[in-house]
Amino acid sequence: MAVKGIIKTGEYFDSVTLMLVARSLTEMESVEDATVVMGTAENKEILKASGMMLDEFKDTDDTDLLIVAKAEDESVLDGVLERAEVLLKESKEKKASIGEHLPKSLEGAIEQVPAANLVIISVAGRYAGDVAQDALEKGLHVMLFSDNVSIEKERELKEYGREKGLLVMGPDCGTAIINGAPLCFANVVKRGDIGIVAASGTGLQEVSCIIANEGAGISQAIGTGGRDVKEAIGGIMFIEGIKALAADEKTKVIVLVSKPPHPEVLEKVAGVIKDIDKPVVAILIGGDPEVMKGAGASAAEDLEQAGLIAAALSRGEDPGGFRQQLDRRAEEIKKQAEEEAGKMKEGQKYLRGLFSGGTLCDETQIMFKEEIGGVYSPAPVDEKFKLDDIWKSKENTVVDLGEDEFTVGRPHPMIDFLLRKKRIVEEAKDPETAVILLDVVLGYGSNMEPGEELAPAIREAKEIAEKDGRHLAVICSITGTDQDPQDRKKVKKQLEDAGAIVMPTNAAASLLTVEIIKILGGRK
Amino acid sequence: MILNGLFDQELKAINIGLQSFKDALDDAEFKCVQVDWRPPAGGDEDVLAALKALSGK
Repeated sequence: MAVKGIIKTGEYFDSVTLMLVARSLTEMESVEDATVVMGTAENKEILKASGMMLDEFKDTDDTDLLIVAKAEDESVLDGVLERAEVLLKESKEKKASIGEHLPKSLEGAIEQVPAANLVIISVAGRYAGDVAQDALEKGLHVMLFSDNVSIEKERELKEYGREKGLLVMGPDCGTAIINGAPLCFANVVKRGDIGIVAASGTGLQEVSCIIANEGAGISQAIGTGGRDVKEAIGGIMFIEGIKALAADEKTKVIVLVSKPPHPEVLEKVAGVIKDIDKPVVAILIGGDPEVMKGAGASAAEDLEQAGLIAAALSRGEDPGGFRQQLDRRAEEIKKQAEEEAGKMKEGQKYLRGLFSGGTLCDETQIMFKEEIGGVYSPAPVDEKFKLDDIWKSKENTVVDLGEDEFTVGRPHPMIDFLLRKKRIVEEAKDPETAVILLDVVLGYGSNMEPGEELAPAIREAKEIAEKDGRHLAVICSITGTDQDPQDRKKVKKQLEDAGAIVMPTNAAASLLTVEIIKILGGRK
Repeated sequence: MILNGLFDQELKAINIGLQSFKDALDDAEFKCVQVDWRPPAGGDEDVLAALKALSGK
């Protein structure tokens, strides 16, 4: 395999432009892989891991643009690199013509909209902290989508925000809904009386969609970024978010979504919710629910339960009513699992979960751990099950393709399905694969045609298995609503037509998978 | 006042970075202005550090 690259010094392009260029290069004939990234230490590590690090890149830094391509036939590489330069030049010219009329600074934007109250920031992490600080000093709330902001800076921003009564959502906050406005990756949900505070992006999306699909609505959905509930930040914005919803007249029910917070943060959160006279529902994915219960909250076991309990409370119904509904469905799922497992060939026994949402990936791992045992993953909930090679599954495996290792120089898997489609087909070739589990996340920011993207890969996977006399179950969950730009109903039909089983939530899809793997003998 | 009255105001956003986030707000009929952002000091960290020192930040 030949690898060739060039360095462009002092060039700046936003990450989306770089990803689009890389994607165009990857689609060129005979190209195995191509990446266009800034020469940060982190990017260089990732290039090394994917066999695309070159000696001449060693002394490059953050301001250098690295273009690198890989192909069997070395003679195509010069053409690929030339093409990259052409695409970057075109993009620059296009941007320059659009940018002419836009304000060049935050001050300029405020002049245009003096009543602006929130700034969304998605510039590279090394600049994002300063941009956020500037916004806060101008009295604006901040939604900080960027990652790679230091934890020290995060704390500084959040302490300042708390002092001034300003929200600091993020860094690494992918979704929020404020006053009905979808910020970054958010779904179209109707307004209502359920407020959410979440330190988990896809957790927030899944719960808000379940609530919307139950007919209830969202007053506010505040994201904090996953690190907020860690010891170093101390839950600053998680707690400010809860207090804001507690005081908000339009919020009747509060839902808290997070991975397990640091014990001290959990105690602080419990202390705050004890004094709230509104119902609080908490889902701490994989965490001990007792502290929350002790503080008077309803503790849900998964994201679906959290959504169902909140919707019931909003309607003034018994919050325990969901149990009957879920018990009935569990019986149906068992029957469906028997049917699926009955069609499978001897030797088929494992799950391969290919996720785009980190929290959904965790939720599945936890359900498996409780029912079957550990699941291999690049980010396992149990360190014993760390996957050695992230590109190769082993026994029961789930991967979050949104993890940094997979996304260097590529758009997030909610946007770009290329990597996932390749992996679906690869997993289908493994005679031990019984179930391929997928999450499909709809909403603003995500791929506009996920059904159209995934259907051919699902068909191909099922055909590969069939030719070998195997029956492969492809199980999907959809995080979305019928009002989302992609339309949940339409996507469901496209996936079903391709032969997938579509479940309403990740919890339901995971339960069906667990039941199938149990029947097949799994690892218990 | 909770969060300086944010929940009682109409949301008006400024977007610095990915254009698609402005597009989503446009689609949902919320006011959003896009900033044509460039890294300060042309992305040169040394110049940036010197500028910060001069401005006392």
